[in-house]
Amino acid sequence: MSHWSEATQERARQIISRYPEKRSAVMPLLYLAMAEEGQLTDQGMEEVAGWCGITPAQVLAVASFYTMYKRERTGSYLISCCTSISCMLLGGDDVLHAVEDESGVPHGETDDEGLLSVEHVECIGACGGAPAVQVNYELIEGVTPEKGRELVRWLKKAKPEIVNTDEMQQLFGERRSFDWGISEDGGAIGPYPAFQPFGTVKTEAEA
Amino acid sequence: MTPQLLVTKRMTDHPTDSHTMERYEATGGYAEARRALTLTRDELVEEVKASGLLGRGGAAFSAGLKWSFLAPARPSYLVINADESEPGTFKDRQLLERDPHQMVEGVIITAIANEVHHAFIYIRGEYPKPARRVQRAVDEAYGKGYLGKGIFGTDYDLELTIHLGAGAYICGEETALINSLEGKRGEPRLKPPYFPAAKGLYMMPTIVNNVETVSNLPHILGMGAETYTALGESADTGTFMMSLSGHVNRPGNYELPHGISWRDLIYDVGGGMRDGKELKTWIPGGASAPWFVPDRHLDLEITKDATAGAGSMLGSGAVIVMDEDTCMVRAAERVVRFFSHESCGQCTPCREGTTWMEMILRRIDEGQGRLVDLDLLVDVSDGISIGLAWPPKMTTICPLGPSAVSPIIALRDYFRDEVQEHVENRGCPFISGGRPPDPRSPLVSSSVVEGRSASAKSSDEDRVRGDQ
Repeated sequence: MSHWSEATQERARQIISRYPEKRSAVMPLLYLAMAEEGQLTDQGMEEVAGWCGITPAQVLAVASFYTMYKRERTGSYLISCCTSISCMLLGGDDVLHAVEDESGVPHGETDDEGLLSVEHVECIGACGGAPAVQVNYELIEGVTPEKGRELVRWLKKAKPEIVNTDEMQQLFGERRSFDWGISEDGGAIGPYPAFQPFGTVKTEAEA
Repeated sequence: MTPQLLVTKRMTDHPTDSHTMERYEATGGYAEARRALTLTRDELVEEVKASGLLGRGGAAFSAGLKWSFLAPARPSYLVINADESEPGTFKDRQLLERDPHQMVEGVIITAIANEVHHAFIYIRGEYPKPARRVQRAVDEAYGKGYLGKGIFGTDYDLELTIHLGAGAYICGEETALINSLEGKRGEPRLKPPYFPAAKGLYMMPTIVNNVETVSNLPHILGMGAETYTALGESADTGTFMMSLSGHVNRPGNYELPHGISWRDLIYDVGGGMRDGKELKTWIPGGASAPWFVPDRHLDLEITKDATAGAGSMLGSGAVIVMDEDTCMVRAAERVVRFFSHESCGQCTPCREGTTWMEMILRRIDEGQGRLVDLDLLVDVSDGISIGLAWPPKMTTICPLGPSAVSPIIALRDYFRDEVQEHVENRGCPFISGGRPPDPRSPLVSSSVVEGRSASAKSSDEDRVRGDQ
């Protein structure tokens, strides 16, 4: 007996059909569980266990291995500041401190309203546009401490329904690497990756 | 010579729509996948072997040879490694985002060559935009009948599944990636017996190839191995992508011919050092690679063998450049912290060693170091990778632990004085007053933290006393 909505159950069935063995669907289903409940709960992990034919303990073993499965309350906007070597060289630590200071949320925590979570992360593959920040895994390159503060204020005030990488880059990114990707209008709707099969991506037209 | 572009040509010529099916097909796309269906496995493997194409994920192993090792049992699987997470590396992101069809065509060619009917693309979880692009491209390819049942009107079936990681660098190691794809913790498997070519995904023969590697295949088949090997002026064939970051004027991804020198790369391609500063050191092949310094390595050719001969590697093609104002202890701490954070925890030398190295480096950086600490770091490193030789000797299941000792070798060989200065100064000489200690750091004694923040503390105490 599933606790998930009919739409989510249909997604789960589609995802499982993409793998030769259903256990392989554990990781995408954990994202579905997060999207369904906003975070990964015990109930969510039990649900995934049922779909994949393994025990909840086996699901927990997987969920606890990967940093992107948030088993604690996470804000609507997860701000991830890169402080790996390339970003650190160009001031990534200062950006982190500015974001922590402006939001009042230290690394690994969430504010009381459940709006913002802040974390420092290892390399997010944007070294050419360092220092880099992600909001709900959507990228901004060339962020300064001041722009980091502006980003926090903007998220608190605008509370965007869709987090779009191009919009944020325009508002808060300064120096971006010249190989910046081609723009698109879709974006993230929560603190998990925006990806079609998870139903976690939305475009302006749908909003 | 003008560098000839292969994998980045389409995105350079057509910067706004290189990711679309229309543009891909208008520029010759999917012709080689069609042709591959008319060739035998042996013909394809031989062609790729002859091209000299080396794997672009970091190990630089011959792609054709890797294919030829595939065991005869079936079904066989293909997994494209797009779990790019090595600090400094961001080339695959560009290939995924801006030319996803090129990779999909590479997948089809690789699948045909290895009699694979189900392929996977493992994209790191922090790359949702590239993943969306690839999903769109895969959907388009299914729509056109280039994937799915009976591709290109033949009787060959090929399914392609996109799998998202969830923030673990170690899943870029091929056996960890396979575990992850099976729905398990991303812990590397012991080789032998778990060589993917024999016992890979679901214990069946499996090919794991990098995004850039397979993106080269349409070009190799298109121009022929002979023309491909003639590109560039050195022993290594074709082109290679380098991700340039750090203190250079023009950071970014560059597709380059083999045979240029580090001086060409940093001062010409990269536009030289920012603010006219002096070059201090650079990491030649991602965070795992031992560091290079200008007076020894600047005029070396950028080839696999020349780099290996100097005790380092081209790895994932990530070059991280640091200027004269960079604190080497801090830089080393940041690289070691990465490996400590990403250690899967299976092997004691890696799990414990990287953790202690990170703490000792932080202690030195924050002014709590001792003169013996560098020797201690070298000793711990020796426990992870015996003799600190190159290529590294292993005490662990996978190379993650041995990779973490690279910055320590740099400190020992080139920057011993700077470490000593940290200890004697009781702090970082690059910051006036030294770096304030992190109170959360377990190796910094509490008295120092209290001493540093004495003024803040005393006013608190005054208030408490006043209340009494």
